[in-house]
Amino acid sequence: MARITAGVGCSHVPAIGVAMDQGITEDDYWKPVFAGFEKSREWMKEAKPDVIILVYNDHCTAFDSSIIPTFALGCAAEFQPADEGWGPRPVPVVKNHQVMASHIAQSLILDEFDITIMNEMDVDHGLTVPLSVMYNQPTEWPALVIPLAVNVVMYPAPTGNRCYNLGKAIRRAVESFDEDLNVVIFGTGGMSHQLQYKRAGLINPEWDKDFLDRLTSDPVGLSQMPHVEYMREAGSEGVEMVMWHVMRGALDDEVTEVHRHYHVPASNTAVGHIILENKS
Amino acid sequence: MAINKDYEDIPGTFVFDADRARIGYHLNQFCISLSKAENRDAFKTDPEAHMAKFPMSEEQSQAVRDRDWNRMLELCGNIYYTSKLAAFDGINFQQLAGLMTGMGDSYREMMVNGGRPIAGNRYKHEWKED
Ligand SMILES: [Fe+2]
Repeated sequence: MARITAGVGCSHVPAIGVAMDQGITEDDYWKPVFAGFEKSREWMKEAKPDVIILVYNDHCTAFDSSIIPTFALGCAAEFQPADEGWGPRPVPVVKNHQVMASHIAQSLILDEFDITIMNEMDVDHGLTVPLSVMYNQPTEWPALVIPLAVNVVMYPAPTGNRCYNLGKAIRRAVESFDEDLNVVIFGTGGMSHQLQYKRAGLINPEWDKDFLDRLTSDPVGLSQMPHVEYMREAGSEGVEMVMWHVMRGALDDEVTEVHRHYHVPASNTAVGHIILENKS
Repeated sequence: MAINKDYEDIPGTFVFDADRARIGYHLNQFCISLSKAENRDAFKTDPEAHMAKFPMSEEQSQAVRDRDWNRMLELCGNIYYTSKLAAFDGINFQQLAGLMTGMGDSYREMMVNGGRPIAGNRYKHEWKED
């Protein structure tokens, strides 16, 4: 049977990908951002996931305003890095575990999560930057990746509660898949940031730290936070962090925090990262 | 009964809700068209002809012509979309934030020093001009 063994929370700031692609990660500005992922890259070598379920949001790349699915599961054989207006990132093609993805899609819908199925989709920095920070620059991604895109661009994003419960449903789907697979789930986005209008640049490190703490100490309570609190306290784009609840919901109630990294700034954003392992 | 928009008292912020998405639809679709090379070429060659493919309001079109980044947001543009027009002009996210906040280059400095603090920035009543 397939099992989810760990969860990774991770920002997906586009400028982090640009810094890696341009080879400037040793610059004074970027060095502290990447230093916090050194341990994570070691951890990935130990954890060796066969499959990553990667929860992220598309930034008007695969979905413009014409179609806005709340939850969209990638079921194609592979996903090309998207051209977001300045050419595609020079990173490997993302390969799916297609049989498992279709199993998860079916299981989720019967579990009353009415997800959209994507048989054609390019993936933007929201998906590729977390892979880059966790794996560095391999010629092929070492794991198969099942993308789960969540709408957080048009308000309202799904509630934290809905995301947390979707995580639980994903776990049930994974555990009913027969192949022996080690699965790690990523929740990405955030942390505090606001990109728009006159309050752009908002950063709230106390709030971010509390969020990271409560992933271990009070995940259910944390999932009940209303949207307005994210937007007020962590910036209008901070609401992306609802996606971390999908990751958290897919783990055991009791987890061990094995790594954490927090740094301000990367471009306009607070970089947050955490690795949580199931205890059992 | 109307939905309670409990997020409307956040200062210096537009929450891109369903109402704003409806009003800004053509403006945003125009902006996102620029993530494709063929549309960038078309817009470069004949800006008005490319804009005319999107039935924006005259005010929205004028904000595009003026590159009035805040006006576009006021007229229900969304930052993930307007940033594609900025990218077309060679303006990155951080420079765009400098323009929207009126801070220019000091915006980057603020970010390096930890960003805009939350204290005094939670509610409209804390901002004199809003
Ligand atoms: Fe994002």
